Amino acid sequence: MAEKDKDILDNIDGEYKYGFTTDIETETIARGLNEDVIRLISAKKEEPEWMLERRLKAFRHWQTMKLPTWAHLDIPEIDFQDIIYYAAPKQRKKLGSMDEVDPELKRTFDKLGIPLEEQMALAGVAVDAVMDSVSVKTTFRETLAEKGIIFCSISEAIREYPELVQKYLGSVVPYTDNFYAALNAAVFSDGSFCYIPKGVRCPMELSTYFRINAEGTGQFERTLLVADEGAYVSYLEGCTAPRRDENQLHAAVVEIVVEKDAEVKYSTVQNWYPGDKEGKGGIYNFVTKRGLCREGGHLSWTQVETGSAITWKYPSCVLMGDNSVGEFYSVAMTNNYQQADTGTKMIHIGRNTRSRIVSKGISAGKSQNAYRGLVRVAKGADNARNYSQCDSLLIGDKCGAHTFPEISSHNPTAVLEHEATTSKISEEQLFYCNQRGLSTEDAVGLIVNGYAREVLAKLPMEFAVEAQKLLALSLEGSVG
Amino acid sequence: MLSVKNLHAKVGDKEILRGINLEVRAGEVHAIMGPNGSGKSTFASVLAGNEKFEVTEGTVEFMGKNLLDLSIEERACMGLFLGFQYPVEIPGVTMANFMKMAVNEQRKFRGEEPLTAGEFLRMMRETSAGVELDSKLTSRAVNEGFSGGEKKKNEIFQMAMLDPKLAVLDETDSGLDIDALRIVATGVTKLHTPENATIVITHYQRLLDYIVPDYVHVLYKGQIIYSGDKSLALKLEKEGYDWLINEHKE
Repeated sequence: MAEKDKDILDNIDGEYKYGFTTDIETETIARGLNEDVIRLISAKKEEPEWMLERRLKAFRHWQTMKLPTWAHLDIPEIDFQDIIYYAAPKQRKKLGSMDEVDPELKRTFDKLGIPLEEQMALAGVAVDAVMDSVSVKTTFRETLAEKGIIFCSISEAIREYPELVQKYLGSVVPYTDNFYAALNAAVFSDGSFCYIPKGVRCPMELSTYFRINAEGTGQFERTLLVADEGAYVSYLEGCTAPRRDENQLHAAVVEIVVEKDAEVKYSTVQNWYPGDKEGKGGIYNFVTKRGLCREGGHLSWTQVETGSAITWKYPSCVLMGDNSVGEFYSVAMTNNYQQADTGTKMIHIGRNTRSRIVSKGISAGKSQNAYRGLVRVAKGADNARNYSQCDSLLIGDKCGAHTFPEISSHNPTAVLEHEATTSKISEEQLFYCNQRGLSTEDAVGLIVNGYAREVLAKLPMEFAVEAQKLLALSLEGSVG
Repeated sequence: MLSVKNLHAKVGDKEILRGINLEVRAGEVHAIMGPNGSGKSTFASVLAGNEKFEVTEGTVEFMGKNLLDLSIEERACMGLFLGFQYPVEIPGVTMANFMKMAVNEQRKFRGEEPLTAGEFLRMMRETSAGVELDSKLTSRAVNEGFSGGEKKKNEIFQMAMLDPKLAVLDETDSGLDIDALRIVATGVTKLHTPENATIVITHYQRLLDYIVPDYVHVLYKGQIIYSGDKSLALKLEKEGYDWLINEHKE
């Protein structure tokens, strides 16, 4: 390795700025998982009987399932009995107003740059903040309610909108889907619920902020988003966690229902604690995300993945209705000992369905970064179109980039395109930037952001700026 | 401004510069000529601090500092500019963004406030007009899809933006048609002041029709074997390098 690379690699420090913990009294239950634990969770959430039944069904099914091993990941054994499945920041009962939120908690969200008050109003973003396992506060509910939009925690939705929840929960990701989806269906403790009624254009960005704080806990949030006929919503999701030596499990499920002619944009900036430079600690992020598009529906996933020790995640689109459109834009960056196996699935079922995949992997340090994608065209999907582009950028010579694209077409009228590139940041590019006065660190940040530009451009403005900074920060210097 | 003494440099085991001596004062234009493989581009790279080359002997003083002790970006911030023979493409990074960072990094180094977006854009507009660079190019990615001529003009544009003390132009004329050559050369001449200096590395005397050097040096096998005034360039154009090389051998 050239001297330069070494310097640069030595420099990869990427201090994780969200690595603080908040000293808030937390109510947790004992470690381990059995039917009693599930009953307890359900009781704590004051859930109706039908919900408990669903949970138990999922749990019984989960017990028959095996851990998936097909991903290009080296996952240490996880003891599912050594995890705390419920932790909630303790606070006084029902909150009447913002003023009643625990000040410590407020400070946590301030540190995260998620002010829940005036700033939020100025930014015009409605936020549901989920700390550990429960939803802390949802802003802007009244404004949204005027339009008939429901935006609240999932536990609240279960109590207050049971018919919507019963209709849609598990309709896109059934508990039988996979190991972690089953686990989530059994133990999820909170998450966000959003419903946009027919023909309504949501006037502001909706956002959920996830934060793991308590030690030894798993976080299993559940997000359910329904855009009814002709509705539109743009939804943002952010995640952070404190620095800890142990690994913590995060197994979320996100379900999106895009009804006829509706449009949903779902953006994620995932920045869970990635572990330290030696690969100690960090979040295991095993997430199932899927959307179902009815006729003329349009679902667009945009993700910027910089965090987590291990990421296993494939936001997918089931293009059920004719003329529906699915998109997936992804930047996945791994550094140090991080591992990511991420990508998407585009399932073309309806006629004239279109999908587009743009995946940008960035590997630095000793990390492993895999793109895994499936494009499937069913028999009846006449004139289906897919365009896939998978690019990998390698930084240094100790990391790996892998692509596993799978294409299966059962309709002769389908047109599928796949492009892939692998590149490195060249010495020449760095020298050029240095010669103009930029430090190597700045140069790398600039080059990586340029590489990811096409995807970052898909993010809402404020998020794009944050994501750019995050990419530069997570790299801090790495090149080759 | 620049004082090079007995500079030796190698790449791998191959010694390319073998004792270069050169004095450049403010207000001067120097041309370095020489046959292929004589070490012209290496000399430019070594001055800029390219780590591909290892300096084995000699000293370089720039603006009163030991240049060889400084990082590439410190040299740049102190006012050393290298016009690249083969400018590099940086996909997805706009010229405007790239230059804004570069200009503000150099300002920071000098202890000046960064330019605001408005100030910067004004400066960029005026500068690109001055060097006849199509202003559309500044919103495109750095050198990506630029023609050969556009790339070279873009180098001169960057030089104008950064306003260096010493500009080293490495074969900026190669691959240019006569119009582009004129624009580039006029740009360089316009930017020349009594406070700064330019080293023009070139293969052909035709660039020197537009840029009038105070000194012409001939580099051969890693050494400057002959220095003269601009008439030397004309003589070289007519008679080639052989007479000099023969003289050097004797």
